[in-house]
Amino acid sequence: MAEKFDVIVVGAGMAGNAAAYTAAKAGLKVLQIERGEYPGSKNVQGAILYADAIEKIIPDFRDSAPLERHLIEQRVWVLDDASHVGSNYRSEEFNREPYNRYTIIRAQFDKWFSEQVTKAGGLVICETTVQELLMDGNRVVGVRTDRKNGDVFADCVILADGVNSLLAKKAGFHEELKPKDIALAVKEIHFLPQETIESRFNIGEDEGVVVEMAGKITAGMMGTAFLYTNRESITLGVGCMLSDFKKQKTTPYQLLEQMKAHPSIKPLIAGSEMKEYAAHLIPEGGYEAIPPVYGEGWMIAGDAGMFVNGIHREGSNLAMTAGQIAAETLIDLKAAGKECSARNLKVYRQRLDASFVMKDLKKYRKMPEIFHKSPQFFTTYPELLNRAAHTLVKVDGIDKKTKEREIRGSFLAARSLTGLFGDAFKLWRAFQAR
Amino acid sequence: MTQVKVEEKLFQNRYRVDAGRPHIHIKQSDLCANHCTEQQCTTCCPAGCYIAEGNGKVVLITDGCLECGTCRIICDEHRNVAWDWPRGGFGILFKFG
Repeated sequence: MAEKFDVIVVGAGMAGNAAAYTAAKAGLKVLQIERGEYPGSKNVQGAILYADAIEKIIPDFRDSAPLERHLIEQRVWVLDDASHVGSNYRSEEFNREPYNRYTIIRAQFDKWFSEQVTKAGGLVICETTVQELLMDGNRVVGVRTDRKNGDVFADCVILADGVNSLLAKKAGFHEELKPKDIALAVKEIHFLPQETIESRFNIGEDEGVVVEMAGKITAGMMGTAFLYTNRESITLGVGCMLSDFKKQKTTPYQLLEQMKAHPSIKPLIAGSEMKEYAAHLIPEGGYEAIPPVYGEGWMIAGDAGMFVNGIHREGSNLAMTAGQIAAETLIDLKAAGKECSARNLKVYRQRLDASFVMKDLKKYRKMPEIFHKSPQFFTTYPELLNRAAHTLVKVDGIDKKTKEREIRGSFLAARSLTGLFGDAFKLWRAFQAR
Repeated sequence: MTQVKVEEKLFQNRYRVDAGRPHIHIKQSDLCANHCTEQQCTTCCPAGCYIAEGNGKVVLITDGCLECGTCRIICDEHRNVAWDWPRGGFGILFKFG
């Protein structure tokens, strides 16, 4: 394997596939290396596909990509131990083509995406782990794989090796990840007959529902939970910050079991057959935790670059767009006959800054810190909200004015007036941040 | 609430175990036994790979590893986990992901 490539892409997830496809389609000589048995076999996501990002890379993806259901309804639940307060947004507009969001199964979708890379002329090698970057001074010149005579060389290496980002770490491009910047999510996939899913969620064929959850379900930790409808299965999971997991004694799988036993969730998965249990880290450190994303002969894309918008539960679209921008940067440099120096690759960061990827991350850059310092958003408020709803809904001969006073009193007792205004201000400031 | 058996969950998964070549190691076992009071790896590992033995020792069996990286990141005081990917093609093989 002594030949030289224009670019080596490490990893066949969303970022890696977007980068490899874009580069190969433009005629670059691309080698993509994946450690799984097939592309997708190491990848874990909820998962929701945001059409906009993939459409900008493969406009006719809908004709051949394995898609589960297009989403027509978003539910947001705030949970207490035995109840939830929720809001629904369902719109017939989401039933008009082209659809905006889909549920997908990553092992299938990534396999398809990778086939497009091969069709575009990229060379994809699986069952191969990249062990380290090959350096010439401070310049990346290739990668060392675990194959015999496994050194391969390229003008540029795109590191799309996922949240753990081991290669950049080994090369000293960034430090070890911090528990406060990373969430651990565990999830299961439960199979049910298609008609059962459609009747339980009040949806038609191909239509899907998302339920995003917060509250008691994370046992006081900073985190959220989710439930997505696929064609013949439901995926559900819960994720919390590692810094919080570190401080307590509930195992991730206990947390998942508690979630499945919640009276609001249990009937939705009743009678289902669980077919896989997965765990995955999510980089939620936000803008302030983004490592250097380019250097001499290298760029980072996807989860490895911390490109996740935790507030909006977006990551795969940021990954795809970053992968695409990294490849485009390279294509332009090649066309101009320029080398892949840090000086020239700076354009990658500039283009990311000008895109929604960095704009959104920058907008919410204060969020992680605020949530870390305000556990009440995950404990006190869900409880107060649920109790208030209960007080208002229950008919028991007590007059409404007294009920309102009771609710007001419970909020003041729990957070005080300054506390309530402080929390409101914190959130307002965090959403306004620029 | 009843204790959850993680083995029952892992049983649903597909693995190709690289027998005799674990990809994660505890660097110094006495560090876990004598200097780490919390031993949070035994709580936080989503596959239950780290088991606290009665004598203070922590035993690691990587066969059920989901390759998430949690153990490496939470061991931030002692940095006692040597963590790498399995060889190409080995380890967890997600059917759905």
